[in-house]
Amino acid sequence: MANLHKFANPTLFLRLSRALLPWCVGIAVVTMAVGLYLGLFVAPPDYQQGESVRIMYVHVPAAWMALFVYTLMAVASAVSLIWRHLLADLVAKAAAPLGAGFTLIALATGSLWGKPMWGTWWVWDARLTSVLILFFLYLGHIALTHAFDDPGRGARAAAILALVGFVNVPIIKFSVDWWNTLHQPASVLKLGGPAIHPTMLWPLLLMAVAFTFYFIALLFLRVRGEIAARKLRALQLARAAR
Amino acid sequence: MKRKHRRLMFVLFALVGLGAATALVLTALEENIVFFHSPTDVAEKDLPAGRTIRVGGLVVEQSIQKQADGVTVAFQITDMAHTLPIVYTGILPDLFREGQGIVAEGELRADGVFAAREVLAKHDETYMPPEVADALKKSGHWKETDGTGAEQ
Repeated sequence: MANLHKFANPTLFLRLSRALLPWCVGIAVVTMAVGLYLGLFVAPPDYQQGESVRIMYVHVPAAWMALFVYTLMAVASAVSLIWRHLLADLVAKAAAPLGAGFTLIALATGSLWGKPMWGTWWVWDARLTSVLILFFLYLGHIALTHAFDDPGRGARAAAILALVGFVNVPIIKFSVDWWNTLHQPASVLKLGGPAIHPTMLWPLLLMAVAFTFYFIALLFLRVRGEIAARKLRALQLARAAR
Repeated sequence: MKRKHRRLMFVLFALVGLGAATALVLTALEENIVFFHSPTDVAEKDLPAGRTIRVGGLVVEQSIQKQADGVTVAFQITDMAHTLPIVYTGILPDLFREGQGIVAEGELRADGVFAAREVLAKHDETYMPPEVADALKKSGHWKETDGTGAEQ
């Protein structure tokens, strides 16, 4: 545990994140440019869906990130509740709007994809409904974080919500296996290997790398901003007390 | 250290309890969470006639018949165990064709025919270029690994 404590130190985080930030931005820009070019221009159309399949290269990485960011938030919230690390609070707070954004992208692109393929913008099947609940969990987390004058109390309430809401993550992932849904089952992360042709899988994986590094870069920036805001608040309080 | 351990235990127990409670609720509500019923459900479960339900399955080969009015279609869906006749008036989605998984919303009529108000197309989780699909069909390996979620 002693080693992990070192990384929870905000000063070390500031130093590390400053060094890593340009690399994350660089990787995100390059992989997104190449991934979008391959996905939109080079990858073949699908045998069933034709050109509409290209929505996948944005929809699927966004949906993966929606789940990944929430999982990260739940882990940070557990660390914050159990070990009371300030940095874990800040990570959860900084990640929530980013996760909400990814979820909204997944919902919107999914809707645009559903109309031409399924014949409907929206249905209340288990997958779509559980992802909508995930979006509301993100919004609730943001609201709860800001609902208290004392940021520490807001962070605790939001951490409890993030942990309780975590039960939704496995429900989203396995909804297509547990129940009849209109949404098809998993294509990439499934037993027996991906059911997706390599010419389409590679652009998809590149886009997933791009989304991940884009998220890490934004998270670094936002946590740095949160640390600065906390310092400012402490200074203002000290000045007011004088 | 002691209080940290207590908090850790509390969080773990709370999560396990919450997970178990959620699992029980979802199991109890399973009938309401499934998006559609299979033709086997319709045949065996005695679903109420006249109530709006959804049914899903694969469109049976050569079962699609256009009626004289030009907008009404009659076809059958199957889950390989039972088949269900469906009539539908309206525009079908582009992916609607023989062998395709579809979901229809409507009512079961007293004569056993399902009167659909809406027909949605499912597609499976397999993605490939058209040339690869053609090659598979030619070599006779088509649909060997098909896992069309509609009916398993």
